[in-house]
Amino acid sequence: MSATLTEEAPVSPLRLGLERFARHRTALVAALLILIFVIAALAAPLIAPHDPAEADLFRRLQPPAWQEGGEWAFPLGCDALGRDILSRLLYGARVSLLVAALVIGIAAVIGTLAGLAAGYLRGWTDTVISRLVDTLLGFPYLVFAIGLMAMMGPGLHNIVLVLIYKEWVFSCRVVRGETLAAREQDYVEAARALGCGTRHIMLREILPNVLSPVLVVATFRMAYVIIMEASLSFLGLGVQPPTPSWGSMVADGRDFLVDAWWVSTLPGLAILALVLSINLASQGLRDAFDPRLHHA
Amino acid sequence: MRATDDRGAEGRGELNRPRQPNAPLLRVRGLRTVFPTRRGPVVAADGVDLEIAAGEALGVVGESGSGKSVTFLSVLGLLRPPGRIEGGEILFDGRDLRRLPMRELRALRGRQMALAMQDALSALNPAFTIGQQLIETLEAHGLAKDARVQAAALLTRVGIPSAAERLDDYPHQFSGGMRQRAMIAISLAARPRLLVADEPTTALDVTLRAQVLDLLDELREQDGLALALITHDLAVVAERCPRVMVMYAGQVVESGPTAEVVVRPRHPYTRGLLESLPRLEDPDRPLHPIPGQVPDLARLDAGCRFRNRCSMAVAACAGPTPLVDLGDGRASRCLRAVEVTP
Amino acid sequence: MTLSRLLERLLHTLPVLFGVSLIVFLMITLTPGDPVEIMLADSRATPEQAAQLRADLGLDRPLAQRFLVFLGNAVTGDFGISFFHRRPVWDVIAERLPATIELTLVAILLAIAVAIPLGVVAAVKRDSAIDRALTALSLFGVSLPGFWFGILLILLFAVQWSVFPVGGRTDFDLEVARVTGFLLLDSLLAGRPDAFLAGLRHLALPAITLGLPTAALLARVVRSAMAEVLTSDYVLFAEAKGLSRRRVLLRHALKNALIPVVTVAAIETGSLLGGNMIVETVFGWPGLGRLVVESIFARNYPLVQAAVLLYAVTYVMLNFTADLLYTALNPKVRL
Repeated sequence: MSATLTEEAPVSPLRLGLERFARHRTALVAALLILIFVIAALAAPLIAPHDPAEADLFRRLQPPAWQEGGEWAFPLGCDALGRDILSRLLYGARVSLLVAALVIGIAAVIGTLAGLAAGYLRGWTDTVISRLVDTLLGFPYLVFAIGLMAMMGPGLHNIVLVLIYKEWVFSCRVVRGETLAAREQDYVEAARALGCGTRHIMLREILPNVLSPVLVVATFRMAYVIIMEASLSFLGLGVQPPTPSWGSMVADGRDFLVDAWWVSTLPGLAILALVLSINLASQGLRDAFDPRLHHA
Repeated sequence: MRATDDRGAEGRGELNRPRQPNAPLLRVRGLRTVFPTRRGPVVAADGVDLEIAAGEALGVVGESGSGKSVTFLSVLGLLRPPGRIEGGEILFDGRDLRRLPMRELRALRGRQMALAMQDALSALNPAFTIGQQLIETLEAHGLAKDARVQAAALLTRVGIPSAAERLDDYPHQFSGGMRQRAMIAISLAARPRLLVADEPTTALDVTLRAQVLDLLDELREQDGLALALITHDLAVVAERCPRVMVMYAGQVVESGPTAEVVVRPRHPYTRGLLESLPRLEDPDRPLHPIPGQVPDLARLDAGCRFRNRCSMAVAACAGPTPLVDLGDGRASRCLRAVEVTP
Repeated sequence: MTLSRLLERLLHTLPVLFGVSLIVFLMITLTPGDPVEIMLADSRATPEQAAQLRADLGLDRPLAQRFLVFLGNAVTGDFGISFFHRRPVWDVIAERLPATIELTLVAILLAIAVAIPLGVVAAVKRDSAIDRALTALSLFGVSLPGFWFGILLILLFAVQWSVFPVGGRTDFDLEVARVTGFLLLDSLLAGRPDAFLAGLRHLALPAITLGLPTAALLARVVRSAMAEVLTSDYVLFAEAKGLSRRRVLLRHALKNALIPVVTVAAIETGSLLGGNMIVETVFGWPGLGRLVVESIFARNYPLVQAAVLLYAVTYVMLNFTADLLYTALNPKVRL
């Protein structure tokens, strides 16, 4: 998405921002961590020591390797069914990242287009879209997701759908505001005066200029979506067994807190690490793209 | 306002203190105030000297960023971090304020020296009534006896009608001019001996401006209030302040009796300021704004700071330009001071 | 704030309330599959019973008509019968509501109590260790999955150190007569300090789980609001009047800084409604959130639908309240 645009405008705000981002040390470290998570998720079948679904009741609640009774073949120990936790964490990363990427990717496209249409066309288009946005914002996020998941039934496919239903609102709001501002700018006026079509102005003139805020919002929201997926899976409304998800792994360990702390703790730690990295990276992006916030 | 002076005992105590006769109330020597910035330290006040005696008014003139406000915020100990005073002494009534513990400085503020600001709408707290803001000032200095009566009297003094009823109004319920006068009433509530008035009339129209300035004149004459009138408006100073001090880029560039400075400036910057003023007696006279811009305060050299805008600049202006005493209470930083006005 | 202004703002929330109800209505209607079949999947219901349920749910009527009926019923608090409980849905919900409200209120009060001093100190001592710690902490606060945080607290404070109970609302032998449904209030009414303390002990971990991440967020709001106010002219002027540092900070600055804080707190209280479901599940808290989660697995759709609508309406009204508070607290807006 960014490549085609930077070609058009050599000193686009997008590139300037990315250059500033590259100088932001914490954010860069966070981005590196995210990359490690992504690689681990992609390479899970290659690097996972065991089949994540392979149960072995003799290894039930086997502790991590560094604790008494643990062994290095199962470095992070096993869960109540004797499944290797490390392998399940690696495969669980796939679910988290897949859901986040799909939801954020699709929601950003829908939200951007809807925001562009609402902000540029105004009139009834704006009224309808804005009403819908207001209505969706009238639900606490988790309530909306839980309510819909309850009706639609659990599963990866439904999680992605349900989260998109609500998630597009956030990029839509941002893009609508930016478009309203851009509408009054000289370059848009000029394009209109030159007789450019509505679609050309929206997609060629305004869109490139609203992409930086969309990028910032998208990364920032990605952290939230990961927590949402984990929360739904924790409640049993998300990805169904035997597919491992970090959220359901935490739930699996709830009954064994006294005997086996690692079953719940480790997947939670994985969520925290990933979400924290994304939040740090998005903060770096925000600083890089919004000079007004530099001193805040 | 100081009709019932309860500072009698304290006043007598001051007489016993060893000090020079007729020593000025405020005396600043070599004040240096620095703001560290990303691009290096900015010396916002650079070696400022000044004196104000009781009952006297000193006009402090300069563009924004000239250091005139920073100088007096330094005096009041109200610099916002990261700004700080790096050198010099600030003698108030013989005591060096820089060596005073925070608590004692706080006790002086409002009671001995007060501040009036340019924009009363932002200087008054929107969440409290005028009365609350007046009375808390009295309370802070142990003057809260009959506080409401006093507060009403203070508002009446600055010319606010039916003052007693208006004590319970919020600042936004006052008109602009009344708000400005109410703020001045708050500044003067604890009967300070020095008032720093930072552009107190800029936001007002001509009639209100005259009213407020008249009030300040009156306080000076009747109560011996010392006044520092900070303004960019040389006309106001010419009318109200016997002495003037002109600041540019953090330094005092010229000082002296106003009547003489206005007629015969001894610094090209002062002359430039005067030429940019419209004149009542000659409204058709062409106005000459000073060309060019104030130099970057983080990138200064040892030379005259005005030389890039100065028509009289010579090679020597790149060297040191100390403030030179010209006699008759006048001083200038210009190497060609006597040539400025023929 | 005048009455007309209030009415005008209330009028703005009406379309949102309408839209929210429509979505909640559509949730059950447009679900793939026949809701009656799904609901009765595990029971041995006769076709007549199924038809009866269908009629009760109004599924045999046109969509628009059903929505109007739904809306009318919702306004009167009639959400049908909960098969699972064999009682009206609203009664079941009302019974569980106090526990949820109690938890939410304690959580938000805890959050405010932690956030204000933390934010004020961070704003006053900018770039100090406390300030940097707060920045780091608030980042943790938003990155922490609530369900895991709760489990971690249980692991440490209940399992490891036995400071607080693992879950539930009170101890078995300390139950008091239900008057208001608010346990803390009821135990006070019953004159039972032991029950009150037990209630507090049970509240501690869930309230911390719910409140601490909110505190982190609120503290940032306090910090930035306070930092902005501290640069204002009226704070400088208050200092120039010779007021004590304490008075300048806590009266002049804080009173103005609290305006956005109160607003955000009201909105965040709404967001806690979602978090409730998670926290109540983790701690076995007998509130509405856990009821909803249980009902989902019991396929008790009318109850889920009613609860979702209740949550959403509360959320919208809290946002409306936040708006009102902002106006009411801000003397410059008040006219």
